[in-house]
Amino acid sequence: MTSGSLRGRAAVVGVAESDLGEVAEGLTPLDLCGQAAARALADAGLRKSEVDGLFTASSYYALAAMDTAEYLGIRPRHIDGTNIGGSSFVSHLLHAAAAVEEGLCSVALIVYGSTQRSDGGRLVSPSKPDPYEGPYRPRYPVSMYALAAARHIHQYGTTREQLADVAVAARQWARLNPAAFEREPLTREEVLGSRMISDPLTVRDCCLVTDGGGALVVVSAERARELERNGGPKPAYLLGAGEATWHRNISRMPDLTVTAARDSGRRAFEMAGLRPSDVDVVELYDAFTINPVLFLEDLGFCAKGEGGSFVADGAIAPGGRLPVNTNGGGLSYCHPGMYGVFTVIEAVRQLRGTCGERQVADAEVALAHGNGGTLSSQVTAILGTGETL
Amino acid sequence: MNDRVSDVASAAPGPVYRAGLAVGELRYQRCGGCAAAVHPPRVLCPECGSQELDWRRSAGLGEVYSTTAVRGRSGVHNVALIDLDEGFRMMSRVEGTEPDEVRIGDRVGFLTADQDGEPIAVFQRTETKGGPTA
Repeated sequence: MTSGSLRGRAAVVGVAESDLGEVAEGLTPLDLCGQAAARALADAGLRKSEVDGLFTASSYYALAAMDTAEYLGIRPRHIDGTNIGGSSFVSHLLHAAAAVEEGLCSVALIVYGSTQRSDGGRLVSPSKPDPYEGPYRPRYPVSMYALAAARHIHQYGTTREQLADVAVAARQWARLNPAAFEREPLTREEVLGSRMISDPLTVRDCCLVTDGGGALVVVSAERARELERNGGPKPAYLLGAGEATWHRNISRMPDLTVTAARDSGRRAFEMAGLRPSDVDVVELYDAFTINPVLFLEDLGFCAKGEGGSFVADGAIAPGGRLPVNTNGGGLSYCHPGMYGVFTVIEAVRQLRGTCGERQVADAEVALAHGNGGTLSSQVTAILGTGETL
Repeated sequence: MNDRVSDVASAAPGPVYRAGLAVGELRYQRCGGCAAAVHPPRVLCPECGSQELDWRRSAGLGEVYSTTAVRGRSGVHNVALIDLDEGFRMMSRVEGTEPDEVRIGDRVGFLTADQDGEPIAVFQRTETKGGPTA
């Protein structure tokens, strides 16, 4: 398959969240998968019986694809249980587009659910500590991101104030999103003055711990246009996507200031035939405030080392130079542990123009970026409206 | 000084590393194919793929690449990434200094400490940006 052959060949035609935040007592991660799947299929105007491709990953179930297929009552002919942490679902989007293109399935369902807040508010992780890191008791995963932040500060003069502004911008967007978990005003001083978790990151530099799930429905571009003609939603076409992994454990990351998003982004932009300046709205996996700084640099929105000044003083907040994380992100909207699916949900809604108060005017190209592990797996997807084909 | 570790060429990598710590040595592997320093231990070079990995004794001297103070209910402790002079990086902690006083660029030296009944590699500061420490 030559690079670019998938451009515009598949589209996201259904998106939905499950219940979010702190869900009703006793709901399981699979229940949330069921909610999200049913709602996304209804959004697409498709029936469950038409789903023949299933893509899922979980922190709860080692054999998640089988558990999920059984729960939903589907018999998929194509299954992809790739688990690369929070980036999994952006990866699934690329894999689903390829599977649809090759005829391995025709209606692909990508689904996720987690009840980690109800389960006690700690990150649920299926991964065991690395034997060469575990004895030093880093707090997983925040200490790994703290090490990256400390190095970025040392190397480029990035400041804690600039990092705090990432959290402040996320909160300003969240205040425009009725589904966001945290909607109270937040100031830079409050971020800086909150409890330090792993220097230089405070609790407000860290994502939320919520329950939640999400789902995407992917079909061929031809099918998407047919659905639209019959009253279905405006398709969000996949224009480009790329994956990259350089390491797993933070002590093996070659340079803590440069992520594999440099490769995933380049691959996605090449397939799409676009540049960062063509992107109208950006949805980045903001598990910690350092993440958007690194990803904006590595995806080419600013030069290496300039991410701190790029995000400062409201520049990525509502009314700023670049709308980033318009749903409020993992920092203020929702973070059930593996956030990637929500970057795509918001990108699709922005392209549909259905985001209400937080809608970015005339959004035609949206970028969704997933991160997994400890800055380990990076996956970038670029989506566009029909006008971009 | 010969830094080769003898009679371990065919042994499983993890136990050779741990046996080093038990006798106060920080061991690492040197690739016979491309000369890369390799840590954590393994059976092939992650750079060039060669299986010719020799065990060496590190001089135990290096520099703090990044550092954080982890603050939990049971207190504050340091976690750092150390770049050893031989060319490999490892996670560790710097002892004998306040956890949030460790600085990137500090020179450090290796020693072992007991962690849950097992010896692990830790470091102490030998020099900070202001010069040698007492």
